[in-house]
Amino acid sequence: MDFSYTEVQQMLQDQVQKFVQKSYDFDTRSKLIASEAGYSKEFWQLFAELGWLAVPFSEEDGGLGGSAVDLMVMMEEFGKAMLVEPYTATAVLSGSIVAELGDETQKTGLVSSIIGGELQLASAYAEAQSRYNPLNIQTSASGEDDAIVISGTKIAVENGANADKLIIFAREQGKSTDKAGISAFLVDAKAEGVTLRGYTTVDGKRAAEIELEQVRVGDTDRLGAPGEAADALLRAIDKATVGVSAEAVGALESLLHKTVEYSKTRKQFGTPIGTFQALQHRMADMFIECQLARSIVMMAAMSIDSQDDDAEKTKAVSAAKSRVGKAIHKVGQEAIQIHGGIGMTDELDVGHLFKRVTALDIQFGDGEFHTERYAAL
Amino acid sequence: MNADFTAEELDFQQEVRTFLQEEFPADLKHKVDNNIRLTKDDMVRWQKILYKKGWAAPTWPEEHGGTGWSHTQRHIFATEMGLYGAPEPIPFGMKMVAPVIMAYGSEEQKQRFLPDILASNVWWCQGYSEPNAGSDLASLKTTAVRDGDEYVVNGAKTWNTLGQYADWIFCLVRTDNTVKKQEGISFLLIDMKSPGISVKPIVLIDGFAEVNEVFFDDVRVPAENLIGEENKGWTYAKVLLTHERTNIAGVARAKRRLNALRKLAAESPDGYGNTMSENSMFKKRLAECEIELQALEYSELRTLAALSVGNAPGPESSILKIVGTELAQKIDELVLELSGYHSLPYVPDQFEDGFEGDRIGPGTTAAAALNYFNNRKLSIFGGSNEIQRNIICKAVLGL
Repeated sequence: MDFSYTEVQQMLQDQVQKFVQKSYDFDTRSKLIASEAGYSKEFWQLFAELGWLAVPFSEEDGGLGGSAVDLMVMMEEFGKAMLVEPYTATAVLSGSIVAELGDETQKTGLVSSIIGGELQLASAYAEAQSRYNPLNIQTSASGEDDAIVISGTKIAVENGANADKLIIFAREQGKSTDKAGISAFLVDAKAEGVTLRGYTTVDGKRAAEIELEQVRVGDTDRLGAPGEAADALLRAIDKATVGVSAEAVGALESLLHKTVEYSKTRKQFGTPIGTFQALQHRMADMFIECQLARSIVMMAAMSIDSQDDDAEKTKAVSAAKSRVGKAIHKVGQEAIQIHGGIGMTDELDVGHLFKRVTALDIQFGDGEFHTERYAAL
Repeated sequence: MNADFTAEELDFQQEVRTFLQEEFPADLKHKVDNNIRLTKDDMVRWQKILYKKGWAAPTWPEEHGGTGWSHTQRHIFATEMGLYGAPEPIPFGMKMVAPVIMAYGSEEQKQRFLPDILASNVWWCQGYSEPNAGSDLASLKTTAVRDGDEYVVNGAKTWNTLGQYADWIFCLVRTDNTVKKQEGISFLLIDMKSPGISVKPIVLIDGFAEVNEVFFDDVRVPAENLIGEENKGWTYAKVLLTHERTNIAGVARAKRRLNALRKLAAESPDGYGNTMSENSMFKKRLAECEIELQALEYSELRTLAALSVGNAPGPESSILKIVGTELAQKIDELVLELSGYHSLPYVPDQFEDGFEGDRIGPGTTAAAALNYFNNRKLSIFGGSNEIQRNIICKAVLGL
């Protein structure tokens, strides 16, 4: 047993910490959110140079090994500073899908472009009726002449409006919740029939609703075999779920740290509010929540890396997302409450951390959903 | 023991229902039902309808234009308003400064201020909290120095709700620095148009600026705007804080929101072919809220019964504040749970009056996260829930 970081993990952590310290303060982040793209292309290039975009990929694919523990270490640091760059959407989620489903030609072109920072991707699976079931897909794909025609509406597509290419999950067979019959297609974001409605999310990221109206693609735009994309999607989501859970752990740590520091300086009744035992115990509980969240995310990351059985991996991921969800509600709410009114203002980072963790709870299914999924497995 | 209304009370309940159905404007009802913010004009228009009916101020004595209702009638009125979704009048004039003016103001002040409050001609806001005086309100530092027939006011107030609309502000100001902090505070009414006042909006995490900072830079206030005696303001303010806590349980509003939640659950797919209203874990959480609400409602009715036989509202009202606000926040969490991905777009403008274009996502779900964020204020304002617990410890438990 060894819970210490490897040299690579230590290096990743140091690199991200240094980057955040030097270049990613709260003001910089706020400006990025207000900018047209909503993230920094310059930073994205830096991520490529530092090798961060290669972390989710195996060495055969030109990556750094694809370890979920590596990903966890790095994304926890992303979480502390609330990065808005579309790392999950492009490198983790879409990257994993391409790496698993793509043929050699597709992988050669796409994976190296992702790692090189030249390509932005977005994966579109969720629909209005699907809630947190990624296999609930009504968007249809059917052969017509020598083309495939895709029609349907996708929601909450992270990075949708900034993506060069979209990975569209559509149904070629079966009814709306069947696992079989789901296919993945690479669609150019500017293709005819694609209408994007981009928006900023409550936590400062970018996402889009996507309307697909008779979008025509060719057979070479397929990722994987017809009707067999579901397993790859689920595996990619599981890995990305570990990533966002780690991101949440980092953000929760920030919330705890900022709350404790604030309680030492904020004086009421002639004394720092941190001297009140009623508040001390609540901050002790916040600390416990952070530790438990961290522990179970480590468990899930190690399970992804070492388990062979997909069902066991999925169960570990749901356990983590469930427990992290609970910590998100508790720590997030307490951080605001202990800060008082100032914690609710737009100008302070605490409220933004609260919003970020709330959105991370929702992403890939909230804690309650994952508790149920865990129970059902 | 029974919790039944009398025949007369039931008639009154029907009268209120009929009034709301006939008189609460349809466009406002539409806004309330669709999460569109009410404008100042909307709120004033509704309050003037209540005024015309003679129902603007249920808590005021009849001599000042109150309704003369019993405590039970007031409860019925507030309940029906809440169930229908009709907003309560903005409390700052009606429920906060008016009782202080009635109790401690001069005859001239009563005549000057009360009629305009009753008729919603003048919008009031509250000048209590300061950047360094929140829960510890008595440590406030805004000063008022007497200079002839005027006070000269300097300092800053914060968390000033809807102060951007206000004509007048009632303030706690320090008039004596040499005594115990509670004993050097005075209660002053200030015209917001006075030179030297500036209002700076504070944007909250839901994207709206519903609160403000108000700065006072050598603001000259006629001494005749002092309420009661100099340095007695803290005593007057405490009276006001008791009023602030009445009807804070929000039982009717919670009932209305739980009804809406049940409807939303029945419309929300669970992703596996059923709706969330068939999801047993969600049903359990919903049931827990409903049960908590019943316990809260009967606690409120017990307080009401005690009031009806002439007992003053005691520190038990702290229970209503704590449980009512925490239940409201729990309901927000359930709405958020149902809304999921639909609640992620951050487009605050789409809930403003006059927004043109299609909203992203349906109304309730699109507003879910913003409401969840905004309502964290409930356990902070009006005497934070920590302060309420202190009150229970001190005044009830004798600790």
